[in-house]
Amino acid sequence: MTIYNRRRATNLVILTLSIFATGLGLLILFLILGALLYHGIPALTPATFIQATPAPGNQGGLSNAIFGSVVMTLVATLVGTPVGILTGTYLAEYGRGTWLAPLVRFVNDILLSAPSIVIGVFVYTLMVVPMGHFSAWAGSISLAILVVPVVVRTTEDMLNLVPSGLREAAFALGTPGWKVVVMITYRAALQGMMTGVMLAVARIAGETAPLLFTALNNQFSSTNMNGPMANLPVVIFQFAMSPYADWQRLAWGGALLITFAILFLNIGARFLANWSGGSTSR
Amino acid sequence: MTIDVSAVDTPTQNSARPLGTTPMVSVNHTAERGVPQTKVVIKDLRFYYKNFEALKGINLELYDRRVTAFIGPSGCGKSTLLRILNRIYDLYPGQRAAGQVLVDGKDILDPRQDLNLLRARIGMVFQKPTPFPMSIYDNIAFGIRLYESLSAQELDNRVEQALRRAALWDEVKDKLKQSGLSLSGGQQQRLCIARAVAVKPEILLLDEPCSALDPLSTQRVEELIAELKSDYTIAIVTHNMQQAARSSDYTAFMYLGQLIEFNETEAIFTHPKERQTEDYITGRFG
Repeated sequence: MTIYNRRRATNLVILTLSIFATGLGLLILFLILGALLYHGIPALTPATFIQATPAPGNQGGLSNAIFGSVVMTLVATLVGTPVGILTGTYLAEYGRGTWLAPLVRFVNDILLSAPSIVIGVFVYTLMVVPMGHFSAWAGSISLAILVVPVVVRTTEDMLNLVPSGLREAAFALGTPGWKVVVMITYRAALQGMMTGVMLAVARIAGETAPLLFTALNNQFSSTNMNGPMANLPVVIFQFAMSPYADWQRLAWGGALLITFAILFLNIGARFLANWSGGSTSR
Repeated sequence: MTIDVSAVDTPTQNSARPLGTTPMVSVNHTAERGVPQTKVVIKDLRFYYKNFEALKGINLELYDRRVTAFIGPSGCGKSTLLRILNRIYDLYPGQRAAGQVLVDGKDILDPRQDLNLLRARIGMVFQKPTPFPMSIYDNIAFGIRLYESLSAQELDNRVEQALRRAALWDEVKDKLKQSGLSLSGGQQQRLCIARAVAVKPEILLLDEPCSALDPLSTQRVEELIAELKSDYTIAIVTHNMQQAARSSDYTAFMYLGQLIEFNETEAIFTHPKERQTEDYITGRFG
C-alpha cells in the first residue's frame, strides 16, 4: 500500500466515523423533539394556557406555571443583565493591566461552570431560611446568579472584538471615557451583547434545581413574589413523576413549551449574531 | 534666512553620532509665505513601550498652518511620535513618554493636562477608516455635541460645512441618515477627516491616512490636506515618498527612533544633508 492509498483509507475511516457520530447526535435530538411533539401537542389545548394546575383527575392547565416561569425568568434577567454587562465592561474596558480583572475573570469562569443546584442551596441559605418560606424572589435571584456569568463572559468577549482603532478614534475626538464606552463600543458590540443575554435567558428558562430550593412550587395561581410560585420545570418534574395520566400529559405539554421556547431563543440569538448591523441608523 | 530650531543641542559629527543624542536641526525657511510661527516644540522627547525605547530624544518644531510630513522605514517611531502629540498612547498601560512637548508654550506631557480637552484641540485621523457605528450625520455631529450645544439648525450647518470641507457632501447629502459603515473605504476616510475637522481643532494629525485607499481617493485626500493647511497645523505620517513631496511643506526623516533630518520638503528631496536620508528617499534602504 502506498502512502497515498493509506492516507485515503485513513481519511475514509475517519470520515465514516465522523458522519456516524454526527448522525447519532442528530438522531437523538430528533428523537427527543419527536417524542415531545408526539406526546406534547395533544396536551396543548387552550385550557393549558388558561387554567391553573389541577388536582389529580381534574381538568386543568399550566397557566400558573407558565406565568411563574415567565415572571421569574424576566426578573432574573432584569437583575442579572445589568450586573453582567457592567462587570463585562469593567473586564474589557477598565480592568486592563490591573490585578483585579484576571481574578474576577477566573471567579466568573468558576461561576459559569458551577452546578446550578449549588446556586439553589446558596440562595436557600441566604434568603429562604432567614425569610422562613419559599418565594418567587428567591427563585428569581438564584436564576439571576446564573445569568450573571454568561452575560459577563459574552459582554467581555464582544467588547474585546471591537477594534481598538474605533476606541482610539473616539478618544482622539476628546470624548470622555464613559461616553466612548456607552456611545461607541456598546453600539458596535450591541448585537453580540444582546445575543449573550438571550443565551443566558435560554440557559435559565429550563433550570429546575435552583428553583426546587427557592421558589419551590404552588398548585394555585399566585402573583405574590413573596411566596412560593409555580414554574414549568418544577411542575414538569412533579407531574412527570406522578402516577396520574392527566398530570403526565400536562408534563409533556410543559416540556414541549419549554423546549421550543429555548429553541427559539437560541435560534433568535443566532439570527441576531449573524444579522449584519450595517444598517444601524439614528 | 536661517533659524536654529534646536538650541538645546550642540552640533556633532553626523557619522560619529552616538546613540541617544539628537542631531542638530536647522531649517532654511525659503518658502514664499515667509517665516511661519511655531505651534509645537518637541524637546528631547523619549518614548518607551515597557522597557523598549522607541524614541531616543527627538527635538523638533511644527509650524502653524504648515504641513509637516514624517517619513522613514517601518518601526522608526514616526507613528509613535504622532500618537504622543494627542497623548492617545495614554490609553495603554506600559507606554510612557519623557521630555517636553510644548503646544503654544504649554507642556502637554504634564500629568495635570486634561486629556479630553487636549484631544479636542488636536484631531487625529488613523490609518484605517474608523467610522462610528451610527449614521453619517451623527458621525460628524458626535464630536461637535461633545463640546458645544448648538441648535438643530446650527448643528446641521456645521455638519454640512465639515462634509463639504472633506469633499464628501455631494456624495452623501441624500443619505445622511444611513450608517457611516455603508460608505466605501475612501468615503469612510474622508468622513473621518470631516469628523476631525468638524470640532475645529488647531492641529490635525494624520497617521498614514491614505494607506488603505485607492489612488483616486488618495488624490482627493491630498487635495483636502492642501486645502486644510490654510487653517490647521498638520502633521502627516506617510510611507509614500511622492505624497510627502507633494503635500508637505516640511519633512522629517526618522530612523530607529531618531530624527535624522528635518528641513523644508523641497530641500529634503532635492539635496538632503544626510546620507541616510538620501538613501531612503532614493529607495536604497528602508
